Amino acid sequence: MSAIETDRLERRYGRRWALRDCSLAVPAGRVVGLVGPNGAGKTTLLHMAVGLLAPTAGSIRVLGGLPPRERPGQLRRVGFVAQDKPLYRGFRVADMLRFGAKLNPGWDQDQAVQRLSRLGIPLSQRAGQLSGGQQAQLALALALGKRPELLVLDEPVANLDPLARREFLQLLMGEAAQGGLSVVLSSHLVADLERICDYLILLAAGQVQLVGDADDLLAEHRMFAGPRDQAGLLGRTHTVVHASYTGRQATLLVRLRSPAPDLASWTVRPVSLEELVLGYMSGPPPAQAAPSLSCVSEVPA
Amino acid sequence: MIEFQLDPRSGLPTYLQLVHQVRQALRLGLLAPGDQLPTAREVVEKLAINPNTVLKAYRELERDGLVAPRQGLGTFVERSLAGAGSAAHPKLQRELSSWLAAAREAGLDLEDVEALFRAAVRDSFAEGVA
Repeated sequence: MSAIETDRLERRYGRRWALRDCSLAVPAGRVVGLVGPNGAGKTTLLHMAVGLLAPTAGSIRVLGGLPPRERPGQLRRVGFVAQDKPLYRGFRVADMLRFGAKLNPGWDQDQAVQRLSRLGIPLSQRAGQLSGGQQAQLALALALGKRPELLVLDEPVANLDPLARREFLQLLMGEAAQGGLSVVLSSHLVADLERICDYLILLAAGQVQLVGDADDLLAEHRMFAGPRDQAGLLGRTHTVVHASYTGRQATLLVRLRSPAPDLASWTVRPVSLEELVLGYMSGPPPAQAAPSLSCVSEVPA
Repeated sequence: MIEFQLDPRSGLPTYLQLVHQVRQALRLGLLAPGDQLPTAREVVEKLAINPNTVLKAYRELERDGLVAPRQGLGTFVERSLAGAGSAAHPKLQRELSSWLAAAREAGLDLEDVEALFRAAVRDSFAEGVA
């Protein structure tokens, strides 16, 4: 079963396309990182997944069924923490839990109370008086309280200091380790995503640029550095995702279409997730230098 | 029980860092047959990493016959990597420490020491296989 499956999904606001031709299938039980520049369509995609927004065209399925907007019964299976982590600031923590219990049929009060006591968040405190990190933890604890099968988080750690961010991700990963939970979260903090995600979706300009298992994606890409006048050659047999040039040197992020070529006078190394994301976000390579075949030997595939 | 650390500058994938730390602990005798490895949940709650990363590391150790899962209990060390010479470790470490002290006294810095050490290792082990 897929956690989220879309088929030519599109969403338009007036004349502007927020998301176009988005087809992907995210397997269940994974921690999925959704990355891309501001305005890439991340929030739009997440809002369609949790049922806050209807598609303009195409379809989206969540946990094998229609999204909560069309099938309200799905709501109990999907947890959502919005970007601004909405809490009733005047409510005490205990009131927020009572509220969660009233609204959610599958609510697990014991576990929610335990979770907050482990985090050291007093039930008598008003939500508005908690620190930023504790507010984020409370929002996550509320989303987990309904025992969702899919948890969707829109930039959950964006405004947190490094310690609060770490504590939030420790809590989230601890929950993911218990199994039966799929997590999809958007973030700009690629170093965090590198640690916590095993699946990646990269959006830019409303379109999917890259999607897949994180280890597979890393295995399919290499960073090449070598003489600039030979840069065009790699593009013949492989996909150059991003290129940068300094003087006579070229540095190329390459998606391999066959085993890595063995090029004399080039160095090849694996890439980090951060390099991969930045390479795709920086867009296609500038016009390439004229290729010259003479100095290159390729290992037959 | 082993406590994992991550080195973001190592350039190694996270699961490999975990594998290496277990192998290192087995080699130094810090982990012995029958010892339990931390659960995936314990590891991710400390390091804030993906649970599948821990499982991947444990699967690799299991493939090498070093650890084995016990149903409902956790993952346990099966085999040690401490070689036949491990009894000599304390003495060798003392000798190495006094050699390092002599090297520093002679004015060598860390880079000098590492270069010297690497060269000696290369020579010594090349002789061994020749």
